[in-house]
Amino acid sequence: MLRVISERFQQGFRTGKFPLEEPTLPPRFRGLPRFDGECPSGCRACEQLCPFGACTVWEGKMVMDLGRCLFCADCPACPQGRIAFGNDYRLAVRGRHDLLYSGAAYPLAEPLEPARLKLFGRSLKLRQVSAGGCNACEADCNVLGTLVFDLGRFGIQFVASPRHADGILLTGPVTENMRSAVLDTYEAVPGPKVVIAVGACGINGGPFGLSPETNQGLGTLLPVDLYIPGCPPHPYTILDGLLRLLGKR
Amino acid sequence: MMKNNLEPQLLKNGETVDLGLVESLGYDEFSRCLLAEVKAGGRVAALFGVPGVEKDDDLELYALIARDRHANLAVYRTEVGASFPSLTLSCPQIHLFEREIAEQYGVTPTDHPWLKPLRFHRVWQGQTDVWGRPLDTHPRPGDMEFYWIDGEGVHEVAVGPVHAGIIEPGHFRFQCYGEKVMHLEISLGYQHRGIEPMLLAGPHPFTMAQMETIAGDTTIGHGLAYCQVIEALSGCVVSDRAQAIRAMALELERLANHVGDIGALAGDIGFLPTASFCGRLRGDYLNLSAALCGSRFGRGLVRPGGVLFDLDAILAGGILTRIDEIEGNTLGALNLFFDEPSVLGRLEGTGRVSRSVAEDLGLVGVAAKACGVPRDSRFFHTTGVYSRLFDELVVEETGDAMARAHVRFREAVVSIDLLRRIGTNLPAGPVKAPVGPLQSNALAVSLVEGWRGEVVHVGITDAGGRLRRYKIVDPSFHNWSGLAMALRDEQISDFPLCNKSFGLSYCGFDL
Repeated sequence: MLRVISERFQQGFRTGKFPLEEPTLPPRFRGLPRFDGECPSGCRACEQLCPFGACTVWEGKMVMDLGRCLFCADCPACPQGRIAFGNDYRLAVRGRHDLLYSGAAYPLAEPLEPARLKLFGRSLKLRQVSAGGCNACEADCNVLGTLVFDLGRFGIQFVASPRHADGILLTGPVTENMRSAVLDTYEAVPGPKVVIAVGACGINGGPFGLSPETNQGLGTLLPVDLYIPGCPPHPYTILDGLLRLLGKR
Repeated sequence: MMKNNLEPQLLKNGETVDLGLVESLGYDEFSRCLLAEVKAGGRVAALFGVPGVEKDDDLELYALIARDRHANLAVYRTEVGASFPSLTLSCPQIHLFEREIAEQYGVTPTDHPWLKPLRFHRVWQGQTDVWGRPLDTHPRPGDMEFYWIDGEGVHEVAVGPVHAGIIEPGHFRFQCYGEKVMHLEISLGYQHRGIEPMLLAGPHPFTMAQMETIAGDTTIGHGLAYCQVIEALSGCVVSDRAQAIRAMALELERLANHVGDIGALAGDIGFLPTASFCGRLRGDYLNLSAALCGSRFGRGLVRPGGVLFDLDAILAGGILTRIDEIEGNTLGALNLFFDEPSVLGRLEGTGRVSRSVAEDLGLVGVAAKACGVPRDSRFFHTTGVYSRLFDELVVEETGDAMARAHVRFREAVVSIDLLRRIGTNLPAGPVKAPVGPLQSNALAVSLVEGWRGEVVHVGITDAGGRLRRYKIVDPSFHNWSGLAMALRDEQISDFPLCNKSFGLSYCGFDL
C-alpha cells in the first residue's frame, strides 16, 4: 500500500485544465482547414482530385465537406495548394449542412433544445456502438474516461447497456453486418434520446463510403444530433463537441 | 512415391517474384509440399485464392510459407476446380484460410472439419455459395451452426455483437457446465468493410487511407506493410533515414498499445493504480506519434517511397527528451503491477495455451511469444534499421495471461531502448523517393511486426501492372483461435481477462 501511494506521488496530478485552459496540440496537428487565396476562374479540379468526394466548387468558391474529409497529410485536392489544415481542433456541429465549410465562420455546435437540455444537461449517459470502426475513433472515445480528460466530471459517462443510456454515440461506416444491431441498439434506448456520429466513417462512410458492404455511415439511418468530424477526431474535438451539446462551452 | 517439389521460388521480406517463375503444381503435389514445409518448421503466412486471368479459368491457390530460420518465404501455386481436399486435419493452422477461400470464391474444401462462414458476405464471384445461402440477399451475420453441447447442467451463454464497453463488435458463444467453459466459439464478420475487393485494379487514390484503417490501432503496421508491397513491385529503394523514421513510428505504436493493454488488464483485475497510470501514459506515447506526424495514430506518416514528415534534430531531441520523462513513470506503473501479489494471483495460470497448440494453430506475435514460440518478423525477416539494431527477441514460457502481459512489458522496455538508439543516430538523406509504375505479372510479399504480431500483405499484379489480387493477414486472423483454446476449462468470469491478454483486433480480422 505504501508503495502504491509512493508511486501515485511519483506519477503526479495529470488531469488537464480543460475547459478552463485550451489544450496544447502539436504543431503538425491537422484541424479546421484554411483556404488561401481565391479559386482560379472555372477551376473544378478538386471535385475530381479528393478521393473521398469532400470538395465541390459552388459559385466560384471551394466548399469542403468536413464530414467526408479525412484531413489527409498529403491532401491531393487542390492543385493550387490552397488547402492547409490549421490547428483549431473545435469541429463539432449540429447539422449535416454545417459541415460544408468554405472558409467563413464555422458554425460550432449549439446546445440541445431546452427540453432535452433540461434532462441531459447535468447527466448524459451514452451507449457507444462501433459499426465497422477501425478502433481509432473508439480508442479516442475510450481515452476520455482516463484521468487526463476525466469525462465523468462533466456528468457524461459511457454505459454498458442501451437501457441505461440517454443516447448512442456511433463510430464506423455502419457495415451491412452491423446495420440491424445499430438500429436495435437505438430502439433499446428509452426516449427522448440523442444520437452522436463520431468520425468520418460514422458521418459519411469515411474511407469505406464506396464499399457495397457499408451504409455510408449513419446518413439516412437515424436522426443525428451532433456530428464530430475527423479521422479520427482528436479526443479534445470529441470532448469539446459533447460539452457544446450540453451548453457547457 | 512421388518426390516432393521442395525447390520452390524463395523470396525475402519485401521482395518480388515474377509470376512466370512460380510453377503451378498439381493439387496433390501442392498439398504434399505444404505439409512437408510445415513439418520442417515452416509456417503458413498466407494461403489465398486468386481468380484466373480469363473468366472461365479455374481458381488458383497461392501459399506463402515463412521459413523463419532461413529468413525467407517459399511460394507455392496450384489450381482447383469446384472443390479441393481440405488439409486442415493434417495442418490445423490453415483452417481459417480454407474457410476464407470457401466463402470468397464458392469452392469447397472437402472434409473440412469446421466449415462455416467467416465474415458473412456474399460470394465474390461465381454462382455457388458453399452453404447454400441465397445469392441475391446479404447473408445474416452469425447465421451458422454453432458447436453445441447437450446434457444435464450444460448451458449456453451468447454475448455480442454489441459489447458492454467501448469495443468493436463480435459474437461469442460459450458452452458451459456450471461456471466452467467447455468450449468457446467466436463468430466475427460484423466489422467487414470489404477491403480486399476494393483493392482490385488498384492502387486507387483512396487505397492508402484504407490501408491505414484496416486496424486503426495498427495504422503504422498495416500502412507500412502496404507501402513495402508497392515499393517491392515498383523497385523503389527507401532511404535509410525514412526507414529509421518508420521504425520509430512502429515502436511508438507498440509502446502505446502495450502500455495501454497492461493498463486495461489492470482495470479488469481491479488494480486501479496501474489502470489509471497506464491510461495516461498510453496517451503520452500517442502524443509522440502526433508530434511526429500530426496524428495520434500515425495517419499520414508512411507513404510508398518513404515518409511524409521529416524528423529534424530539434524534434527528434524533443521526442527523446519526452521519452526520458515518461520512461520512469512507465516502469513505475508496470513494476507496481507485476510486483502485486493479487495481480499475479489473477494472471498466473489463467487462460493457458500450450506450446504445441500455439504451433499447431500458427499463433503469431505476443500470443505466440508467451507460449515459448519465438515469432518476430523484426528478428527473422528483418528489414531496414532492425537488421542492425534489433537483437532482443522476447519469449516467455508459461503460455498464460501472465506470460502475455509480461511479453508486453518486456517488449515495451526493448522499444524504448530501440527508440533511443534509432533517434540518436538518424541517418542523413531524403525521406521520400519517387515511386514508379508497378512491375506486371509479379507477386510481392511484405511482413511487418506490428504490436500484436506479424502483419502480412501480398500483392499480385496483372499484365498492366494493376493489382489483380491483394491479400491481407492481420495477426488476429491466427490468434482468435488461440483465445478460444485459452478459455477451455476456465471460468466464464475469466473471459474478460483472457480476452484482454490477447488484445485482438475485430476489424483486422474482418477486413
